[in-house]
Amino acid sequence: MAEMSVELVAVERRLWSGKATSVVAQTTEGVIGIMPRHEPMLGQLVEGGVVKISTPDHETVTAAVHGGFLSVSDGVVSVLAESAELAQEIDVAAARRDAEGDDEQARIRARSRLRVAGYSV
Amino acid sequence: MAQLRELRNRIRSVQSTRKITKAQELIATSRIMKAQARVEASRPYADEITRVLTALADASPLDHPLLTERDNSKRSAVLVVTSDRGFCGAYNANVIRAAEELQNTLREQGKTPLLYVIGRKGEAYYRFRNREITQSWSGFTDRPDYANAAEVGETLVKAFMQGTEEAKREGSTDEHTLAVDEIHLVHTEFVSMLSQKPVIRRVAPLEVEYTESEGLRPAYDFEPDAETLFRALLPKYINTRLFAGLLDSAASEHAARRTAMKSATDNADEIVQNLSREANRARQAQITQEISEIVGGVEALSSAGSE
Repeated sequence: MAEMSVELVAVERRLWSGKATSVVAQTTEGVIGIMPRHEPMLGQLVEGGVVKISTPDHETVTAAVHGGFLSVSDGVVSVLAESAELAQEIDVAAARRDAEGDDEQARIRARSRLRVAGYSV
Repeated sequence: MAQLRELRNRIRSVQSTRKITKAQELIATSRIMKAQARVEASRPYADEITRVLTALADASPLDHPLLTERDNSKRSAVLVVTSDRGFCGAYNANVIRAAEELQNTLREQGKTPLLYVIGRKGEAYYRFRNREITQSWSGFTDRPDYANAAEVGETLVKAFMQGTEEAKREGSTDEHTLAVDEIHLVHTEFVSMLSQKPVIRRVAPLEVEYTESEGLRPAYDFEPDAETLFRALLPKYINTRLFAGLLDSAASEHAARRTAMKSATDNADEIVQNLSREANRARQAQITQEISEIVGGVEALSSAGSE
């Protein structure tokens, strides 16, 4: 099975990097799935988006991505984010609190974090 | 007697000061490591965003306001990055001096510098001299987050965009924020543990570098179109530059503090040594005096008895 390398990079650190068989993300135009040998592209991700990466050994890495960009070139997919969290790092209680808070931006972010953590919002 | 007690008091006081400086030194040392690790960790993103922007620049017209030089720049924003706390040697003095020089150069060029200050020390410096600060931020200089950089970046980019011809024509300029035509960043660069030097960088308008690429650039597909993307990415790029500057300054601050505290500790050691010598001498002198008094007394008594 064909593979591509994927980098998930937030401003403050590199979250994840490795081989993957597919990446699913949500750009401002709509949901996009990227398979190996996808043509070069650049996309802006929606605020409070979710990125799903499938690895060759059938695992799925899910991350909540805020203020992100997606770039594909020469078999390398990079997801740039202002801030991002992997599913297992998400503090569900804190996200719940934010989801009911007053701040519109924080609410959007918290909702995506909850979705990534496997809760329906 | 009195002199000896005084010396011992001074030794004790220097020793307790030394404890403080030593502790500060150790704290700063461990924080330098952390700050450097954060500089490293932020590098992948900076590299990626530069690569993406390069790819985008090929596909979009380079007429974004953030890229265009303005013919008659009148006001320049000067962002000075200082620390919140003291005890760090000449760190703040150096960066403030560089900022002053920059402002003088700007004035000579007929531009009015507007001060934007990060860090309590810088605020205090300018406030004490009754200089006008356009805006200031503080409370995060020893451990800056991206959110801090983004906040500063957004304010500056907003002021910058108000200086565009378009905004002027439409009369949409906000009275409260003064429009600026260029943005300069003055921060401290971490050269090594022992050396940090202040640097001045122009953040906006960005300088466009033209490079000859080898072979064909891949034709990118853009979602949304290249121009919208470019517009969204450029301010983020500026934030990244500011964030990198803040992180570098934080590492420099800790390094400067470590050096300052180390020399303070060394000085305290020296003072304690000198004072101990003096105290010992005083003690010896006192003992000698007592002995000679006793001997003198005994002699006086015995000579009085023999008569």
